[in-house]
Amino acid sequence: MIRYEYSENGYQGWGAARGRFQDEFLVRLFRDMLRIRLIEEEIERRYHQDQMKTPIHLVIGQEATSVGCCAALRKTDLLYSSHRTHGNYLAKSGDLKAMLCEMHCRINGCVGSRGGSMHLIDKSVGMAGTSAIVAGAIPIAAGSALTAQLQGLDRVSVVFFGDAGTEEGVTSESLNFAALKKLPVIFFCENNFYSVQSPLATRQPPREIYKWAAGYGIASVRVDGANVLAVYEAVREAVKRAREGGGATFIEAPVYRFRAHGGAGDDSHTGYRDTAELKAWEEVCPIETYFRFLADAGLITIAQREHMHAEIMLEVIEAFDYALASPNPEEKDLYAHIYSD
Amino acid sequence: MPWDEGLVNSLVYEAPDPGTGRSLGYAKAINEALDIALAHDPGVFVLGQGVDDPGAMFGTTRGLQEKYGAARVFDTPLSEEGMMGVCTGAAMNGMRPVYMHNRPDFILLAFNQLVTHASKYHYMDNGQTTVPMVVWAAIGRGWGSGAQHSQSIQGLLLGVPGLKIVMPSTPYDAKGLMLAAIADNNPVLIFEHRWLMKKDGTVPEGFYTVPLGKGIYRRRGSDITIVGASHALEVALQAANKLAADGIESEIIDLRTLKPLDEQIIAESLKKTGKILVVDTGWAMGGVCAEIGCLAAEKWFDYLKSPVRRVGLPDIPTPAGYTLEQFYYPDAEKVAGVIREMVKK
Ligand SMILES: Cc1ncc(C[n+]2csc(CCOP(=O)(O)OP(=O)(O)O)c2C)c(N)n1
Repeated sequence: MIRYEYSENGYQGWGAARGRFQDEFLVRLFRDMLRIRLIEEEIERRYHQDQMKTPIHLVIGQEATSVGCCAALRKTDLLYSSHRTHGNYLAKSGDLKAMLCEMHCRINGCVGSRGGSMHLIDKSVGMAGTSAIVAGAIPIAAGSALTAQLQGLDRVSVVFFGDAGTEEGVTSESLNFAALKKLPVIFFCENNFYSVQSPLATRQPPREIYKWAAGYGIASVRVDGANVLAVYEAVREAVKRAREGGGATFIEAPVYRFRAHGGAGDDSHTGYRDTAELKAWEEVCPIETYFRFLADAGLITIAQREHMHAEIMLEVIEAFDYALASPNPEEKDLYAHIYSD
Repeated sequence: MPWDEGLVNSLVYEAPDPGTGRSLGYAKAINEALDIALAHDPGVFVLGQGVDDPGAMFGTTRGLQEKYGAARVFDTPLSEEGMMGVCTGAAMNGMRPVYMHNRPDFILLAFNQLVTHASKYHYMDNGQTTVPMVVWAAIGRGWGSGAQHSQSIQGLLLGVPGLKIVMPSTPYDAKGLMLAAIADNNPVLIFEHRWLMKKDGTVPEGFYTVPLGKGIYRRRGSDITIVGASHALEVALQAANKLAADGIESEIIDLRTLKPLDEQIIAESLKKTGKILVVDTGWAMGGVCAEIGCLAAEKWFDYLKSPVRRVGLPDIPTPAGYTLEQFYYPDAEKVAGVIREMVKK
């Protein structure tokens, strides 16, 4: 039984919109999504070797949200994330080697092996903070936005979270405060319909999440999370609103994760969701649908895609080799940064 | 709302000596600290439920909004966890929030952000981020405060790495420690006690700080070491002064900061007296009393001439009624009794 269906139109009607974007930009979005996918698949392939002693929450199937969003942000805009960090970090231009070093528990990991995959942070590109506590980063992003407001900075803060994140009390508190102060913040909800193995229907009454959020008095929209251009446009509008003093925006993007909540592989066979549901969503894979859109428009060929693929894999393998050759922390490293001077 | 006003006024404190400097009320001293911090550093902002109302958080925030504007001194929604997260996010981005609470009990709603976020980021991201924020609350007592408005939660937080915990006991310290806490680059909790807040004391004008992590002798003696902070120390001082008439000379250490703890001053005194009594406004079990008592047994066993003792609250929720309360809270009489027993040995 398919419980949660894809209810959007893919790229139907987007052909006309092509003129709004530069061709290079359109192709770059594809490459960015493909790169995340290939990195995730390589992580997944190697995970059983137990060199990466860290929980992982793959974003395979959810690449369009991170890429579409970050394409609408400046480097100086700040992104906050949840436990599902990989796509956010990579789309915000986080360093791949530092990410893989972190996942291999090496001292030159992006946070010195203190965080693992749920704390991929690279402040030099605005990947500003994550929380492994569901909804934990939401008020922090509001505080980040309050800072921009108080200091008069032209800077937008964005926070990613899942559908379950909307159930935590602090999310309501944060939406209320963001509305009250008209904060330059974007609440980006990736609704993938499941919290671990619990479907939305056992956790929330039948209602649309973005309508619930609208009740707090902020702009709230729903956008096709499998359509990178739709995400980009929605975020661009939200960013514009934030920069112009129009306050916060809530974005709900229905998406589907093609893998288990955590770890490698799919777990649909355990029965909490129907394999047919996964299959149906794989039909609208954000990378394949977009590839067809670009190919139909004559912007990319299969050969070009293959070249791109090979290029990315070279980068990925090199980064893995680098991580595996990197030094482990020493005992003295445990004691640094308990307090800040 | 009278709460414990009546009882506060009936407590007799030593009047400050005008010869030693300007005398100021406790709340006013904090008010001055906030005023100086706001004037001195544009990154400082003050928030909390009712900071701009006529009560002005016991007077500590009076006049600040008028002076510094509603963007920097503001009332908050009833959203303790959310606002603690907002403070954390602001601090992570270079601001210095001072988040004021009427009672520590309300901070319990915000433990997720305080314990699992604010205190963790600096370590978790390998020192990239600092979280300079101050969380302030005044412990309640009496007049029906009861189980939900009188809790001393410092013991619950003592074991959390990355936090600092301050408990002032004089107006001088309240101002100097507040300014030190605001200047500090870590999340700092300040627990005041309502019963100290009507106290006057000598308070210098202008900017000064009292260093975090350093205790101070409030009384010198060689028979016994008494360690504690805040109102518990006030009670211990009353007991010690009483016993001095009988020739018992207590040495009293005001820790000022519970975390990081000034172990050196405790060791120094204990080496001399060989006896240690730990006092606290919170539960004796698993809290400040337990921790310092254990430390004495672990590190300074060779100095000890008698068992470690503690006077904190019993392992019971605070009763609201007046008579039950008299049984619940240790008074100077009780502390004096324990000192006598210890010194006799
Ligand atoms: C406060 C809290 N409760 C429970 C968990 C365990 N947990 C981790 S991720 C997760 C699922 C969250 O689902 P959602 O927010 O929708 O994000 P998704 O994993 O689907 O991306 C849960 C329950 C947690 N990390 N934090």
